[in-house]
Amino acid sequence: MTDTLTRQTTTAPAAPPRRRRRTTRTAWVLRLIALAYILALVALPVASVVQHTFADGLGPVLDVLRSPDFLAALRLTLEVAGIAVLLNTIFGVGMALLLTRYRFPGRRLMSAVIDLPVSISPVVVGVALILVYGTYGWFGPALERAGFQIIFAVPGMVLATVLVSLPLVLREVVPTLEEAGLEQEQAAQSLGANAWQRFRRITLPTIRWALAYGVALSLARSLGEFGAVRVVSGSVAGTSQTLTLYVNDSYQEFGPDAQRQAFAAAFVLMAIAVSLIVVIAALRPDQEKS
Amino acid sequence: MSIVVRGVNRSFGDFAALRDIDLAVKPGGLTALLGPSGGGKSTLLRIIAGLDQPDSGRIEIAGRDATDLPPQKRSVGFVFQHYAAFKHLTTARNVAFGLEIRRRPKAEVRERVDELLRLVHLEQFADRLPSQLSGGQRQRMALARALAVQPEVLLLDEPFGALDAQVRKELREWLRRLHDEVHVTTLFVTHDQEEALEVADEIVVINGGRIEQVGPPSELYDRPANEFVMSFLGPVTRLGGVLVRPHDIEVLPDDRAGSHQVELTRLHRVGHEVRAEARAADGSTPWVQLTRAQVDDLGIREGQTVWLRALGTTVPVAASSGGPASEAIETGDATASEPDAAPAPAGRTA
Repeated sequence: MTDTLTRQTTTAPAAPPRRRRRTTRTAWVLRLIALAYILALVALPVASVVQHTFADGLGPVLDVLRSPDFLAALRLTLEVAGIAVLLNTIFGVGMALLLTRYRFPGRRLMSAVIDLPVSISPVVVGVALILVYGTYGWFGPALERAGFQIIFAVPGMVLATVLVSLPLVLREVVPTLEEAGLEQEQAAQSLGANAWQRFRRITLPTIRWALAYGVALSLARSLGEFGAVRVVSGSVAGTSQTLTLYVNDSYQEFGPDAQRQAFAAAFVLMAIAVSLIVVIAALRPDQEKS
Repeated sequence: MSIVVRGVNRSFGDFAALRDIDLAVKPGGLTALLGPSGGGKSTLLRIIAGLDQPDSGRIEIAGRDATDLPPQKRSVGFVFQHYAAFKHLTTARNVAFGLEIRRRPKAEVRERVDELLRLVHLEQFADRLPSQLSGGQRQRMALARALAVQPEVLLLDEPFGALDAQVRKELREWLRRLHDEVHVTTLFVTHDQEEALEVADEIVVINGGRIEQVGPPSELYDRPANEFVMSFLGPVTRLGGVLVRPHDIEVLPDDRAGSHQVELTRLHRVGHEVRAEARAADGSTPWVQLTRAQVDDLGIREGQTVWLRALGTTVPVAASSGGPASEAIETGDATASEPDAAPAPAGRTA
């Protein structure tokens, strides 16, 4: 009996040679249009940033990358994005579990509200934050009296960044959780696992690729956020200027030095984005496999 | 008693899935919860496991009131229809899961896992992921995983329901043999009466949220409590207002006591057996299961008029054939004229 039950197909049949579809003229035209479109929208601007950055060689670029303002902006960006991604990850996983595992009144409304911040303009998000937490806002005066400054300080920038990337982790994790269902967790439970053990040993490994993908997306979004952060930061060089603000402010100034600063910082942002895209692309197929 | 269920009720909205269920499961036995889909058998199993809560009633497992215990404290092994394999863990790690949760020493875990993998014939698949196993292999892995923690009771929810017919048959025999080796009190849910009759020591027939009858397979088959149990456990046909098994009907050439005149409409050969379809004067169409030899001996042919007489177990057909019949049951030969055809007397188990 064992034999009939355990036999495995060890040799997959050789894949039949895939017949190539003949490329028609329409297909060629469509390809050309697509190529031109991407070239004009993506490749050319990216290439021109790279070209402008290194127009005078590597030296001036390195000077910019070593300047205190740039380093302060980089540090602030990483700090804000790091906290925002951390918060979004915890919130995203928790909320995904809540939305998929429990049925409660207002569940669908809650799910829709979470998508709201990414659907409205980041500038509006920023203004809304000022209206609530600013000096003349609802909670601002009370918070200031207690010694907390939100707007024109790091907490406000973190809040703005969290809001604009709020559902990214959640939306990646929810489908994976729904597909996995409850049975693995119930099986673990009947085997003696408590809630934390079930989360650690079953739920987390199940969602790990979706989670990684969501984190990568959130990070990309957080690093690149401009509008909402601009409104709540005040953008003071060296203290409340993130990399995107640094690029913008430098570019607005006159003079070749300022321009170079803008391009160098833009190049750094782009390099980070490209490496994130590579990470995301590497994660994507893994996620689909499992 | 290993599992005792007292007065359990469970409703989903307006739908009463279980009504006043009382049940005591034999310790060390292999008991089947048999019934049609939606009859409440899976709900009962999940309530025993703690994966669902009863609206009222108590559950005892191994002499302990378990009603308010969470699943992880009930000492039950649960096997799901769709295996619920931990997809990111190898076969060995799946089996080891419960032991790792209990923080057993590594050497002990390894030894126990090896032993269990041998028991379920998966020793050469220890390092495979569930996705690399067939359905039958995954289910045996799930069984080994449930047995690893030495539960007081083992609960199987349609364990072979997702497998194809051939594998299902093999696993059925294998489960029977495994149970003879392991002796853990086992309760399994099935809607397949053949599976229940073949594997179980005792069958609990559940329909419409109620227990219809409890007993050993032969008793249920020979002395069904009502029309539902009779027709659920095997083929039945209607003859003169009673339900009878088609192989418990004798064909007579002339009118005798208790016989019914019919016209044979069709003799249909299916393999080694012959299905004789007939029409009675009252418009009913009973059929008789015969062997080819019987047909040759009787010399019957289509269109002939013969007399049919019920032997063995019969159950009167309820006037309204909707709900479960609760009439008194006639056990024994309907005509009381064929002693050799009388069924086992009460209390005897074949």
